[in-house]
Amino acid sequence: MKHSITFKKQLSEAVYMIKVRAPLIAEGRKAGQFVMVMIDEDFGERIPLTIADADVAEGTITLIFQIVGQTTQEMSKLNVGDALAVVVGPLGTPTHIKKFGKVVCVGGGIGIAPLHPIAQALAKAGNEVTTIIGARDKSLIILEEEMQSIANNFIVCTDDGSAGRKGLVTEPLEEICKQDKPDMVIAIGPPIMMKFCALTTKPYNVKTLVSLNSIMVDGTGMCGGCRVDIGDQVKFVCVDGPEFDGHLVNWDNMIARLNAFKPCESNCRMHKAADKKAEEYK
Amino acid sequence: MSYICPQDLNVKAKEVFADLNNKQDSLKAKERMQIPLQEMPVLEPKQRGTNQEEVAIGFTKEQAMVEAMRCIQCKNKPCIKGCPVGLKIPDFICKIAEGDFQAAADIIQQDSLLPAICGRVCPQENQCQLYCTVGKSLKDIDKAVGIGRLERFVADWQRKNKTAVIPTIAKETGKKIAVIGSGPAGLVVSADCRRAGHDVTLFEAFHKLGGVMRYGIPEFRLPNDIVDYEIANLDKMGVKIVKNFVVGKTRTIEQLKSIDGFDAIFIGTGAGLPIFMGIEGENLIGVFAANEYLTRANLMRAYDTEHADTPMFKSKKVAVLGGGNVAMDASRMALRLGAEEVNVIYRRTIAEMPARKEEVAHAQEEGVNFLELQNVKRILGDKDSKVRALEIVCYELGEPDNSGRRRPVEIKNSEFEIEMDTVIVAIGNGSNPLVTQTTPKLKTDKRGNVIVDEAGATSIEGVFAGGDIVLGAATVILAMGEGRKAAKAINKYLKN
Ligand SMILES: Cc1cc2nc3c(=O)[nH]c(=O)nc-3n(C[C@H](O)[C@H](O)[C@H](O)COP(=O)(O)OP(=O)(O)OC[C@H]3O[C@@H](n4cnc5c(N)ncnc54)[C@H](O)[C@@H]3O)c2cc1C
Ligand SMILES: Cc1cc2nc3c(=O)[nH]c(=O)nc-3n(C[C@H](O)[C@H](O)[C@H](O)COP(=O)(O)OP(=O)(O)OC[C@H]3O[C@@H](n4cnc5c(N)ncnc54)[C@H](O)[C@@H]3O)c2cc1C
Ligand code: SF4
Ligand code: SF4
Ligand code: FES
Repeated sequence: MKHSITFKKQLSEAVYMIKVRAPLIAEGRKAGQFVMVMIDEDFGERIPLTIADADVAEGTITLIFQIVGQTTQEMSKLNVGDALAVVVGPLGTPTHIKKFGKVVCVGGGIGIAPLHPIAQALAKAGNEVTTIIGARDKSLIILEEEMQSIANNFIVCTDDGSAGRKGLVTEPLEEICKQDKPDMVIAIGPPIMMKFCALTTKPYNVKTLVSLNSIMVDGTGMCGGCRVDIGDQVKFVCVDGPEFDGHLVNWDNMIARLNAFKPCESNCRMHKAADKKAEEYK
Repeated sequence: MSYICPQDLNVKAKEVFADLNNKQDSLKAKERMQIPLQEMPVLEPKQRGTNQEEVAIGFTKEQAMVEAMRCIQCKNKPCIKGCPVGLKIPDFICKIAEGDFQAAADIIQQDSLLPAICGRVCPQENQCQLYCTVGKSLKDIDKAVGIGRLERFVADWQRKNKTAVIPTIAKETGKKIAVIGSGPAGLVVSADCRRAGHDVTLFEAFHKLGGVMRYGIPEFRLPNDIVDYEIANLDKMGVKIVKNFVVGKTRTIEQLKSIDGFDAIFIGTGAGLPIFMGIEGENLIGVFAANEYLTRANLMRAYDTEHADTPMFKSKKVAVLGGGNVAMDASRMALRLGAEEVNVIYRRTIAEMPARKEEVAHAQEEGVNFLELQNVKRILGDKDSKVRALEIVCYELGEPDNSGRRRPVEIKNSEFEIEMDTVIVAIGNGSNPLVTQTTPKLKTDKRGNVIVDEAGATSIEGVFAGGDIVLGAATVILAMGEGRKAAKAINKYLKN
């Protein structure tokens, strides 16, 4: 199976959207699921990316990714007509979609991408959807129109006030909890944002789902690398998640584990950058 | 035992061989038993500790023939009983002694599909070689005829000389079989069902084939080339191979039947669920399941820091928990990845370790420390949530338990701390849940293993299973044997 890229668009400075051919995944995927992607079968890394959307007729899935390291950097250089070596999925447990009543969807940064299909499905199931999206500044906000079109209420926040409200997403979230207690909140974004969303809703006893982005190797429950503490249990994000009750997540451990390979990653990248420089000087 | 270099081993073998070759036919059993056992030539321990090269080099022709002459060709053939696939051991050994390696290869091929692999990784001392008369007479199981080494020699000879023939395929039947998982069980089912003329598709979740032989057992013990070679044969036979396809996710078993029209399905998904100890500190940075550690190193090739994108954790002091083959592989890999100190921590003593003796010996030669009669109580972290130390508790051996091994008993107030920065947990694997969770009608036992009848049939019609997903974590040869049995049942099922 050749996973050709059929569409590419840059959404913000470091965020790209691509569509890739993967007909079986497009057909079977549900909101909340992800794929493992490799750009090279021999030496590439397996990275998890959420299925942001799918087109069954066209046989493609949409991926939205932010450049953070080696693989996402290389991926951003691929163009329409190029192909990804591996796309496997759909993995993870789908979001439990039903009519809850009033739901608040909170998305931060690149987390807006995985939130989109979930908000879409929740709206379709008849929920009254309030969407709060936030980013550091205006240029980092993605999918604004798409999110707005499916929300009953729509709030944008930026740290510097360059778009929407100036401030953090937790502020409007707290106001909503106070004024008009929602039936459910789902928050997806940087771990620190999810942690504080969970802390915000806890006193109001509002069920809060979060989508964890732990480091993965296989994505099929084989390696145990993605494990997190949920209450007094150890769960694997790739099979039991990625969504969990935010009030039960051991955030400090989860966030610490994200940095497990930081020294090794930077070594390896510095190494490669140095090689490239040397190459240029030749 | 001190290290003898391969050249010296071969010189000795040549001398013995020159002496014996002419009088082969007249050798009496007693004389055969006096022939010196041929040691496996291996790379020098210090040299091999830094690379992924295969440690065991394999017999030379002379060594193989001398070792084969040690077999006394027992009438009752006790060794065959010990082999899960019933290899005709004395017959193929006899051909090696005669120097007719092709004939030996032909005999092996009748029963074993992966001799180059089994000859390398079978726990022979608990299987075929356990029953060997020579070992018994010499009162030392380590002196049994080196059946595995001989099997490996023949398979390697055949691969090098390219004398293997692609098995003939029966007339196309038009029946479609899906095989899930490309471990030894799945490979054997694919070959045997394809031979019967069925249209076989092999599905694998990963981007590379071979199952544990690829992602678990390291290159220095089982080179990938050998696994690739066996898989290339399947390809030549016309087995369709679909990688990056997770059954239960990309398609369910039901869908494979109803949408894709498969007439029979074999589940060989293996034991891929890492078990943790459930102790404090197990989620700290620097604690890995052996599966993760070995997968990063093997499948993702993280040992090759020049090329691989997958990072590997940099360790100084490593603790490996467990005493099986997995623990040996993880500890030897850690050394090769540059750890200064690697310690295997085990509750009993080396004598009770389930790992193959040869692997324990190799690990010791390479410099792995064995902390016997100790266990980890807690893993202690620093302020950054990184592993800092282990709290160890000591044990002594008590009465034998159900398995006949002496039960380890904790010694009160024996706790102490040792500094470590990496912990690799290698205490076993549970059954892979992806297929069973998405196939509600599939009957499983408490431990999540698929329940099958003697023929390998599951509770769903037309669906068969075998290997570790049925047996729990077992061995390559048992998985192969199960595959053989299931393939037979599938071929029979499709006849009706
Ligand atoms: C279920 C799931 C869904 C995801 N969906 C998306 C998505 O839709 N879009 C998207 O852009 N990203 C998503 N991510 C995160 C994405 O997988 C990582 O950004 C990616 O693996 C980084 O790969 P890299 O090789 O470019 O960077 P690397 O070189 O691997 O890493 C760069 C740095 O990021 C850290 N890092 C590694 N993995 C992760 C991770 N999973 N999350 C956060 N930091 C990490 C590393 O410690 C490292 O320092 C998802 C993660 C999960 C688990
Ligand atoms: C580190 C290690 C060392 C070992 N050393 C030895 C040894 O020295 N000697 C010995 O005899 N045995 C050894 N074993 C055990 C031996 O490897 C296994 O018993 C054997 O591989 C089991 O074979 P299998 O075919 O049942 O499954 P596996 O080899 O586990 O293969 C299963 C395959 O199925 C794939 N799969 C799983 N789920 C799905 C799905 N849903 N869809 C598609 N594909 C799927 C997996 O990716 C995998 O490739 C070792 C095991 C390990 C982990
Ligand atoms: S397959 Fe394994 S058990 Fe059978 S003869 Fe060979 S080494 Fe012995
Ligand atoms: S038991 Fe040993 S000596 Fe006897 S036939 Fe088998 S391998 Fe040869
Ligand atoms: S990524 Fe390996 S178990 Fe989840």
